[in-house]
Amino acid sequence: MFLAFVGTTLVITYFSARRSSGASAYFAAGRRIKGWQNGLAIAGDYMSAASFLGITGMIALFGYDGFMYSVGFLVAYLTVLFIVAEPLRNAGKYTMADLLAYRLSPRPVRALASLSTITVSTLYMIAQMIGAGVLVGKLLGSAISPNWAIGLVGFLMIIYVVFGGMLATTWVQIIKAVLLMAGTFLLSILVMRHFDFSFAKFFDAVAHVTYHNKAGALVTKDFLQPGMKFGASVGAGWGPLDLISLGLALVCGTAALPHILVRFYTVPDARTARSSVVWAMVLIGIFYILTTFLGFGAATILTPEHIPNDNLAAPLLAQELGKDLFFAFISAVAFATILAVVAGLTISASTSFAHDFYTNVVHHGRERAPGEEVLVARIMAFVVGAVSIFMAIQLSNLNVAFLVGLAFAVAASANLPVIVLSIFWRRFTTLGACAGLSVGLVSSIGLIILSPSVMTVDASTVAASARHLIQHAPIFPLTNPGLVSIPLGFLAAILGTLWAREPAAEARFTELAVRANTGLGAEKASAH
Amino acid sequence: MEPSSRDLTPDVGSQTDIAPLGRGQTKPAHELTADEEAARADWNAVTQMEDFHSLLRAKLRFIVPATCFFFVYYFALPILVGYCPALMSKKVLGEVNIAYLFALSQFIVAWALAAAYVVVAAGWDRRVAALLAKLPKR
Repeated sequence: MFLAFVGTTLVITYFSARRSSGASAYFAAGRRIKGWQNGLAIAGDYMSAASFLGITGMIALFGYDGFMYSVGFLVAYLTVLFIVAEPLRNAGKYTMADLLAYRLSPRPVRALASLSTITVSTLYMIAQMIGAGVLVGKLLGSAISPNWAIGLVGFLMIIYVVFGGMLATTWVQIIKAVLLMAGTFLLSILVMRHFDFSFAKFFDAVAHVTYHNKAGALVTKDFLQPGMKFGASVGAGWGPLDLISLGLALVCGTAALPHILVRFYTVPDARTARSSVVWAMVLIGIFYILTTFLGFGAATILTPEHIPNDNLAAPLLAQELGKDLFFAFISAVAFATILAVVAGLTISASTSFAHDFYTNVVHHGRERAPGEEVLVARIMAFVVGAVSIFMAIQLSNLNVAFLVGLAFAVAASANLPVIVLSIFWRRFTTLGACAGLSVGLVSSIGLIILSPSVMTVDASTVAASARHLIQHAPIFPLTNPGLVSIPLGFLAAILGTLWAREPAAEARFTELAVRANTGLGAEKASAH
Repeated sequence: MEPSSRDLTPDVGSQTDIAPLGRGQTKPAHELTADEEAARADWNAVTQMEDFHSLLRAKLRFIVPATCFFFVYYFALPILVGYCPALMSKKVLGEVNIAYLFALSQFIVAWALAAAYVVVAAGWDRRVAALLAKLPKR
């Protein structure tokens, strides 16, 4: 099953490699992707292992509170649709920094934007690869070690990206989105069949889940009741605030995730960018509603005591309901999911390095030899892949959800304020952009280091490999820094702007406004 | 679709940071950098048109209230769930409680807002087309 996916995608990579030539083909699939195709690809890029495995597991163990992630992940697309997608497509070329650098002083802005893009992508990617390692390690037991699994994902991803570019990556994501939707749908039907297709029976079971808790006592809990993870009684009373902080990071972070933003450059115009967001919202919405069936299904059918690792709830549920063949299918889907997301992340990181940093910062926007930028991107894809394989193996004990949360928080705090202000604020300056990017980046990472995710005193019974990095009481009480670091990012960008006026940037705002709102002068699709 | 054998991107640089790329041939219209296009597209002519300003106002009139609405509606969920758990746990449909229905309604509201945006934005597209048609040809 899994081999079929790998085989198909490698064939696609081969054909894309033959078809694509030139920068706009490599970085943006020639801007010829159709709206529904891009919608599927966005969905494929977005519904990562953290969603499929992580949220199912979260709902299975924490009931309703796990579903709160699903809601945030979908609502976040309204920010993308209303604020970011169309101006970005109209004013940019290959990366998020194109929009920022349009009227600001390009070199400092691009250097910082590139740094934050690569930071976000790498964090997200390490999380996916660790997920792949955990998944494969548990599924295949001793047949293949987690480190080999990480290596395999990294190797395949390097092949897709280095040879196939954006076109191959897009198709890998489309196929994966279809597989994932099909798998989730089938699994939900199996769950409902278990309850004779009666919603009343299903919700009745969800409201009375009886299992042995960690202390060994038999308890009955209502899994529809909020508060099992973010309640006022959890985490020294900071639970509700932590939930709000998480929501803020999701709603603001999605519109600033580099691997989602680059997808808007693969379509011919802003109108198609808009329709692709709508396609993605339909698919992503259905998917996240179905996660409640998977999660509650796992909670009721498996019961939490039989879910040893929350990332394995979905595959274990498949095994319980559909025997080994379906188990293999769901596991292959999960693996394909990781592969597709990792490919998307790699291409956004390598594009940003080649286009923003190498060509525009180091070489002042001049390509010294034909095709140099694409060559640099290919080398960089290889480097990014190799570095993430290495880091994922080194950090394989880190919690996956924590890394993904960090990626969202960094994107929301560093990227979003500067994107929004450069679209809507005439006075916005280079100094403001640099201040916003750096304060957002530093504060979000700094607060995570001071948070309970990193700083916690573990009981002496906790195994050395599962311990927190810093054995100290947390200085910052929330696990998600968004509530503080996102306003800090905005504040720094605004204060930096008010410090001094930049007439050149104000003059070019007119041009940006015309371009962003009318599409006049936007990059066109390449000739057929 | 034929594979394009030649890359049409230009290699001549300019002051903009939209990176010039590719081979040295005459530039096709779609590969012009922003500064070069400034000579073709008269940005100032567009900004002096009343239609353009009314378009921007129309966009803001939709985007600002819609964004405020979904922020308020979305954050009402974690705030109510976090601080009024008793209210949210009230069962309304069999075992299904207000919290779950409210969360489901977020999906419906998000889809409805997206649909509304698509309808309104189609109107903006027509206004843009009309506006660009009025521009003097150079």
